[in-house]
Amino acid sequence: MLKIEKIQKSFKQKDGSNLQVLKDINLDIKEGEFISLLGPSGCGKSTLLNIIAGLENPSSGSILVEGNEISGAGSDRGVVFQDAALFPWLNVFDNVAFSLKEKGLKKDEVERIAIDNIKKVHLSKFKDSYPHQLSGGMRQRVAIARALAMNPKILLMDEPFGALDEQTRLMLQYELQKIWMETKKTIIFVTHNIREAVQLSDKIVIFGTQPGNVKETFEVKAARPRQMNKGYLVHLEDKILDILKEEIEKVMKEEMGDEYNFEESSLPWDPTRDMGSNI
Amino acid sequence: MIWEVIYRLAIWPQILFPSPLQVWDTLYHGFVGGRFIIALQNSFRRLLIGYAIALGVGTFLGLLIASSKLIDETLGAFILALQSIPSIVWLPLAILWFRMGETAIIFIVVLGGTWNMVMSASTGIKNVDPTLIKAAKTMGVKGYKLFFKVIIPASIPHLITGMRISWAFSWRALMAGELLGSGQGLGQLLMWARELGNMSMVISIMIIIATLGSVTDGLIFKPLENRVLERWGLNSNN
Ligand SMILES: Nc1ncnc2c1ncn2[C@@H]1O[C@H](COP(=O)(O)OP(=O)(O)O)[C@@H](O)[C@H]1O
Ligand SMILES: [Mg+2]
Repeated sequence: MLKIEKIQKSFKQKDGSNLQVLKDINLDIKEGEFISLLGPSGCGKSTLLNIIAGLENPSSGSILVEGNEISGAGSDRGVVFQDAALFPWLNVFDNVAFSLKEKGLKKDEVERIAIDNIKKVHLSKFKDSYPHQLSGGMRQRVAIARALAMNPKILLMDEPFGALDEQTRLMLQYELQKIWMETKKTIIFVTHNIREAVQLSDKIVIFGTQPGNVKETFEVKAARPRQMNKGYLVHLEDKILDILKEEIEKVMKEEMGDEYNFEESSLPWDPTRDMGSNI
Repeated sequence: MIWEVIYRLAIWPQILFPSPLQVWDTLYHGFVGGRFIIALQNSFRRLLIGYAIALGVGTFLGLLIASSKLIDETLGAFILALQSIPSIVWLPLAILWFRMGETAIIFIVVLGGTWNMVMSASTGIKNVDPTLIKAAKTMGVKGYKLFFKVIIPASIPHLITGMRISWAFSWRALMAGELLGSGQGLGQLLMWARELGNMSMVISIMIIIATLGSVTDGLIFKPLENRVLERWGLNSNN
């Protein structure tokens, strides 16, 4: 239902030169699929997501939703950003109702849909609260409800849980899986956390850097709900890690120049297999 | 207390240094007799007209500057230079253009409040979180709606701070203008009292000016600004 064809993207840099960020990206995403885009920071994941959202134009190539080429943003694609991006002057209800009012729906219709989506993320008690009164996890749930309220076919999520603590992150991963199973949305989920990608996705697209390109695609053939430490998932994590190691080394060599001297298995991986946000 | 003690010590002659009781008496009669009320009405009318124009013109120019780099580098730099001129310096020009009178003073008030408002408005708009704008676009908002429903509300904290500072500047400009200009405002009453050598009246009016300045800031602008900063999640105690 979503076809990404030969997408290339370059940014003009301050010194006038062109920085190629995406190179020949081709993806075919089926209806109802949960896809993760996984790769080290700076490899162009956000750029690709913004292009799919219609917030940015590709240098060449096209994005087709159900056969129609997109032009600009549209309500068939909802976006959840890493920092929630709620409107601070609106309370939870009005944030979620924002797009509905824009569409010009009737008042009772707006109310029904907004309340419905606030319920989906379990925030009914907080519908009159303002963003500054909510925790990071709650804000992210409001952002999800706000995106769902437009009833998009595709939900685009850019490291939505990246800024949350581990506990909250696990909770939200669980809730997101439930929402995905209930609503059957197509979800494109950007992350740099291998475990998160393995836990959530049907398919994992691994990005290489400089310029960003699709390095490899994995299907995750495990039943849901998934529990950690099942042999298959761990094995998959290791395989992905191996592939990404190369990429990370590439980035590090670039950043540190001659000082960088990689020794086998010397990277201090933490148990969550988080590649960190600043690599 | 200290005032009364100094008065009793009689360092200065009584005429130049009135007692608190005398001042209180003057204040009381000034208000009951209506003289202060009329002066206040005159002053406030000029202040409000000038301030309103300053906010409108300031916000508009601020938008213009924020909307284009070219305008920012030309008009923006020019306004930054204008900002360093105390507005009372414009009085001679104002008198030439509008003659001595109401308009000249309002002009000074406008100039007092405008430049700061321009800067606050343009800073506010330039600093709107780009992710908020992206989020709004994904929800189908664009053009003038994007401007009024997202960009303006998102820059309200800067706008409120600008309004608060502009009010203080306008108030100062008004007093300066009235001291030198003509008419029947608080500033003119002050000059008139000085000419009569009525120190008790001079001090009364200074007290009124100081009180009004701090009361409007403390009772209206500061609480408003605090509420906005809290709501927008910009309050440091939050
Ligand atoms: N608007 C832009 N102008 C110039 N360079 C950009 C712009 N947006 C992103 N980039 C560059 O593109 C590269 C990829 O960025 P991004 O898509 O944010 O990566 P990721 O989300 O994978 O961390 C980075 O090197 C970044 O500096
Ligand atoms: Mg990113």
